[in-house]
Amino acid sequence: MPGSSVPSGQVRRAVEDAHRREWARVLASTVRVAGDLDLAEECVQEAYLSALSAWQRDGVPAAPGAWLTTTARRRALDVHRRDRTLRRKLPLLVVEEASTDTGDDDGAGATPLERGDDRLRLMFICCHPALPPETQIALTLRLVCGLTTAEVAAACLVPEATMAARVTRAKKKIAAARIPFRIPSPDELPERLDVVLTVILLVLSTGHAAPSGPALVRADLVARALDLSRMLVSLLPQEREVRALLALALLTEARRPARTSRDGELVLLADQDRSLWDAAMVQEGCALAAAALAPHPGRFALQAAIAAVHAEAVTAADTDWAQVLALYDELARVWPSPVVGLNRAVATAEVHGPAQGLAEIDVLSTDGRLASYRYLHAARAELLLRLGREAEAGAAYERALLHTANEAERRFLAGRLAGLSGLDR
Amino acid sequence: MAQYLILIYEDETAYLEPDPQEWAKAMEAHGTFARQAVEKGAAILGGEALQPTPTATSIRSGLMTDGPFVETKEALGGYYVLEARDLDHALEVAALCPAPYGGVEVRPIMDTSGG
Repeated sequence: MPGSSVPSGQVRRAVEDAHRREWARVLASTVRVAGDLDLAEECVQEAYLSALSAWQRDGVPAAPGAWLTTTARRRALDVHRRDRTLRRKLPLLVVEEASTDTGDDDGAGATPLERGDDRLRLMFICCHPALPPETQIALTLRLVCGLTTAEVAAACLVPEATMAARVTRAKKKIAAARIPFRIPSPDELPERLDVVLTVILLVLSTGHAAPSGPALVRADLVARALDLSRMLVSLLPQEREVRALLALALLTEARRPARTSRDGELVLLADQDRSLWDAAMVQEGCALAAAALAPHPGRFALQAAIAAVHAEAVTAADTDWAQVLALYDELARVWPSPVVGLNRAVATAEVHGPAQGLAEIDVLSTDGRLASYRYLHAARAELLLRLGREAEAGAAYERALLHTANEAERRFLAGRLAGLSGLDR
Repeated sequence: MAQYLILIYEDETAYLEPDPQEWAKAMEAHGTFARQAVEKGAAILGGEALQPTPTATSIRSGLMTDGPFVETKEALGGYYVLEARDLDHALEVAALCPAPYGGVEVRPIMDTSGG
């Protein structure tokens, strides 16, 4: 509707919505034209800025993503045309040829993998194994989710200047070492996809139980992990581990309303009011988890299956702990890690009693990697308490407190410790 | 195409008293590597094995000292100059480079010709 003016609030919401939904698509297809990550980012940011005034003047376009993509790509072309020397000065990104023109939803029939969706290329370049893990997560949040450097710094708990330097260093390496903007070949895919899934899981777990800060949950990060998982499922619908990750994200997010009390206090899984769980998310998550659990399940399928067993229990007492333990056994086989061992020990305690669970934890605590892991000491404390060994439980709660920086978790542990002192008397 | 340097870092003690049979095996492995690199569509533009670090001489601010520039457990023992499409291609080839007593580092070579 040219000539008509749209209320500014409506335009702002439309731009914010397009930022959340379309950023990855707009940036990924601009990278192809810009041949440089920095230039692409600049052009996309400018496109979003110009949308504010253009949409207010002309109305919100029917396809905001397409409008933003066209605008950003045109800017990138303009920069190259204006500054021909730039093309020679910049070590241009190695961009894989696309089988069809990407950025549009054509190429019907072919899967995004076959069609070569540029969002996949963007995901894989951010999570390239030649980049350090802390950079992979930073680049993903910045380039795929469109977070600002300040927001990424806050998510990764580092000062903004540190994060800015980290991102700059990564972009320089991508250009100078010629890390390509491409989709891995079928034989590389499992390994490369695992890195991508690990990065998204890290965003999810950082949001689920924030390592520090006042709130237990960082809802913004959980939402980003959900968005990323959904996008990846739409791009790689055949991959079971991708669907499993989405299941895990949904089942995690579904429990959020019950994980803290009204005054922000932590509520353990066993004590949660399960009627507060988001039933639709539980349902979708459980269905996805079941579908992902085929013969030889991967680590994400197993983790999703465990979350689904918990989600399907109407009350904590109904939990099928034998099933949980069996799944942890399998998980420990495909993904041996001390944290999996700890979770398995907790399941052992439920199936075979606290003494057996405690024995497993005590073996794990000789592993230096878990010495400062807050949940090891907290789990030990709970089991010692069940065995009536209050003094030792108290010492374990104190050690857990020593390694906990999240304020909600600290209050919870301090409360348990205080309850103990009451018992002693 | 871009150029990369593959630096081979290995524990030199493994090669101090080269058993002729072991040596022949190592040479054969490098011959195989050269063939595989070509099969994978890359080109080896150069490469040599180096004499061990006790033969090295370093010069820092005009001052000459015996030994390598930096003492490390795994020392630079050889290199290849590789031409490859991109880092993924270079890494795919470099992963095949024999370095049983250590590993390799892949460094992009700077293009200084552009002016």
